[in-house]
Amino acid sequence: MSEALRQNKYLQFALLLVVFVLLCMLITPTESNWFWRLPPLIQQLPFIINDSVDYLMFEWWPIEVYDPEIEDYEEKPLVREITRSTSGLILFMIEFVREILLGGVKTIVTFMGWDWATENKWARWPALPWTVVAGGAAILGYALGGWRLSLFVGATFVYIAVFGQWEPSMETLSFVLVAAPAAVLLGLLFGVWAFRNRTVEAILNPILNIMQIVPHFSYLIPVMVFFGIGDHAGAIATIIFATPPMVRLTLLGLKQVPPEVGEAGLMSGCNSWQLLVRVLLPTARRDILIGVNQVIMSCLAMVVIASLIGAKGLGNDLLIALNRLRIGLALEIGVCIVLIAIMLDRLSLAWANKQTDYFADLSFVQRNKYSLMFGGVFVAGIVLAWIGSFIFREGFNYLYLIPHNKGITTENFWQAGVDWIWDTFFYTLKGFNEWLIVEVLVPVKTAYLAMPVAATFVLAMGIGFIIGGIRSALIIGGLLLFIALTEWWDRALITAYLVTVSVVISTFLGVVVGTICAQHPVSSRFILTVCDTFQTFPSFIYLIPVMMLFGVTDTSVLIAIVIYATVPATRYTVEGLLSVPPSLHEAGSMSGVNRLQRWLFIELPMSFPHMALGVNQTVVFALSMVIIGAMIGTDDLGQLILGALSEKNGVGNGLTLGICVAFIGLAIDQVLRTWANQRKSQLGLA
Amino acid sequence: MKLTKSIRALTVAGCVSLLAATGVAQAKDSTKPIVIPIHNWSSQVVMAYVLGGMFESMGNNVEYVPADTQAVYESIRNGDVTISHEVWQSTFGKSFYNAMAKGGVIDAGTHAATTLEEMGVPTWVIEKDLCPGLPNWEALKSEACYKNFTTADSGGKGRWLEGPQSWHGNLMPERLEALGLADKWTVKFAGGADALWTELASAKKEGRGTVVFNWTPNFTDAEGFTFIEFPPYEDGCRKEDGGDGKCGSPKGWLKKAANYRFPKTHPAAYTAFSKVSFTTQQIGEMAALVDIDKMDHKDAAKKWLADNEKVWKPWTM
Repeated sequence: MSEALRQNKYLQFALLLVVFVLLCMLITPTESNWFWRLPPLIQQLPFIINDSVDYLMFEWWPIEVYDPEIEDYEEKPLVREITRSTSGLILFMIEFVREILLGGVKTIVTFMGWDWATENKWARWPALPWTVVAGGAAILGYALGGWRLSLFVGATFVYIAVFGQWEPSMETLSFVLVAAPAAVLLGLLFGVWAFRNRTVEAILNPILNIMQIVPHFSYLIPVMVFFGIGDHAGAIATIIFATPPMVRLTLLGLKQVPPEVGEAGLMSGCNSWQLLVRVLLPTARRDILIGVNQVIMSCLAMVVIASLIGAKGLGNDLLIALNRLRIGLALEIGVCIVLIAIMLDRLSLAWANKQTDYFADLSFVQRNKYSLMFGGVFVAGIVLAWIGSFIFREGFNYLYLIPHNKGITTENFWQAGVDWIWDTFFYTLKGFNEWLIVEVLVPVKTAYLAMPVAATFVLAMGIGFIIGGIRSALIIGGLLLFIALTEWWDRALITAYLVTVSVVISTFLGVVVGTICAQHPVSSRFILTVCDTFQTFPSFIYLIPVMMLFGVTDTSVLIAIVIYATVPATRYTVEGLLSVPPSLHEAGSMSGVNRLQRWLFIELPMSFPHMALGVNQTVVFALSMVIIGAMIGTDDLGQLILGALSEKNGVGNGLTLGICVAFIGLAIDQVLRTWANQRKSQLGLA
Repeated sequence: MKLTKSIRALTVAGCVSLLAATGVAQAKDSTKPIVIPIHNWSSQVVMAYVLGGMFESMGNNVEYVPADTQAVYESIRNGDVTISHEVWQSTFGKSFYNAMAKGGVIDAGTHAATTLEEMGVPTWVIEKDLCPGLPNWEALKSEACYKNFTTADSGGKGRWLEGPQSWHGNLMPERLEALGLADKWTVKFAGGADALWTELASAKKEGRGTVVFNWTPNFTDAEGFTFIEFPPYEDGCRKEDGGDGKCGSPKGWLKKAANYRFPKTHPAAYTAFSKVSFTTQQIGEMAALVDIDKMDHKDAAKKWLADNEKVWKPWTM
């Protein structure tokens, strides 16, 4: 018996389940019973965090600073001065890019001061005409990727201008043009450092995990307290959110560089800097580029959240439009965000893939043809704008800047579409909605809440033990213990319930759709673009139609999560299936398997490790959507994080709650990652 | 040569005396911009640009920054945002007083507009007689009423859709309990204002009864919204203040907040800001320019400023 138990994992799981059910039945649900719920021993943690942040920001190491405005000395703490100078620097960069595009006075103010700028009203930087920006971008597209890219980039800018979203789009663009390169650079830096140094890698790994899973809302308040409100705060929150995948993929790419390549570099006499920049990084380009793609997607996905702490542009307009339920307008803004994301992604891809021709012998005109072309566009644009000032005497010069919301609008068209969906599907969906809530969601939620804490620990640690041994079990136990000792265990169970249901649905959908689309290169490319779109498309927009159809219920929350969390499941399935070597397909076909058999017995098992990582990412995405779900109305951790925005000890509460969410994610990550690694070594992939 | 010198001396003297004169009367406003927050509802955004226009007419520099409605008080406290011009008693009162208790935020006076924030129903619910006897709260007791307000997840009870829990904590569940309605009604916390408006829109389309948290002045006033009449509010009647909880919401104030340095850095602008007092009707006008006339927020503010010079000019004097 014990021998069989040791051999057979299924038997182990069965035994675990029996113990779990027994515990659930035996433990009495009373508040004083520690097996039912642990006492909130670390209840004070948020207060402690809060007090330390306050102390750090407002008291620690004060320096006397004379403030000419109120003609008095003020005590200013050191940390605050440091963080505020950092924000000043970032803000300056954003304003600088923004004023090249839109004009303004801030850059001049930085050097000359407000007093001077107020007295000299002429000293204003003029905006570039939109024709020049669009033309310049098209030339850039042509220079990097030929006429196809040029057409796409140009069309994007024309779309933005014609639909009257020019100003907010340029504001968003300037913000992304600072945040994205910063995240890429930081990511490269830490990735290389982790590659060079094992200890750094070991330390970095859990930090990256936490950064990726902690819902962005929970660090909004800390960022705001440390760095102040404004575009810079939005940029910093975005960088925190966007950097981890870059670090990870840089490290992954560098690790996969074959040792021969490095040795060849050394033999050619590279020093370590040259080796890195000329040999290793270019060889690891594929993964690094996926990292850049992820950074850009994350940056634009953060546009709306960043506007909550002061980022100007599309995100803020979107929130205003949604508050009035103007879904059509919100959709238009959403399309702008997606277009900017895809455009930046394609441009950066083309730039990284461009080969330098070292041997070309070019004339002056050939070497500088793009600069000359831009010069031409610049002059033409200004002349056009000048002519425009005669045509459009009344009101707005459409050839210079199309004012906000003065372009063409398709709002009514989209609105009609949304209404049509409502009229056509509402009553069918209503029946489904009621069934789902009454038969599935409410019972599952009740079951989760009826779990004694001891049973939850046994189940979670047991799974960890069976899959990863004592080490995994202890890690999982530790993570859960933290949550159990806060006062939010019940809330965490509700979060776990939402995440479980949505991950099951997302994984199923992702694997099915991914498998179907991976059968043909065209459809796989198509589905990957769809993935990009849904990853950047602001989830706030579909919250409203979803709520219209499904009410303020858990169904709406689930749908919102599933839409977003299906993206990684699909992406990794497609990439996993595509990574199965064709020789294996052929070997299978020669052995006489049919297509279904090949999929079931060759492709699926081979891509399982990849898919497990997909599921892992699905969990991460679902957890990060928990907070967006809270905007519909839930009673889980997300709702509390949202509430932390207004609390006296918001910093501490927000962070602690965020860590709770992250720990749920880390516990699941532990199991999935261990399992994927085992499968990999069994398949001889690692 | 001599002439230019004497002219220069004269001008300097003139400047000095001018400076001295203004110094006695009032210190000059700093040229640093006044930072005004932008939230996500029409009247607030238009009012932000209206105030900005007013400050600019006084020669001040102005800057706008998008901010979360709850988090903004922490920013005012830290001085990153200068003012907030719509502090609603029951929704933001908690955040406002929390920030005030920590220090750094000052109360810059109250608008003439009074507000009411309360549970209510769209007026057509009453017209359709989905709950006979409304707006009196006693109507909620009858089965003929609450049966029309059930949802799939409300367990057979009628549903109150309350704002997020961060707005008023457990006030509404406590009120249901105190009024003896807890076995007939249950409270669901929505995630935000968007969820409330969506519920209003979808309930209307479906013709289904709904009780939601709402306030006035608001854009929903135009379509007709009736607040439920609970037993009147008295000081200390709420559970959290030690009362029995059997009372509705008070007629609320709409305040203005400012950073503590604002009176020192921009004395003239602060004086004007402290005089600012919009009425319910004026706030409604600002919102209507955007919501009904579909104007851009900035254009709406320009139009309002041009049409109402009589209202705001005296504040700047």
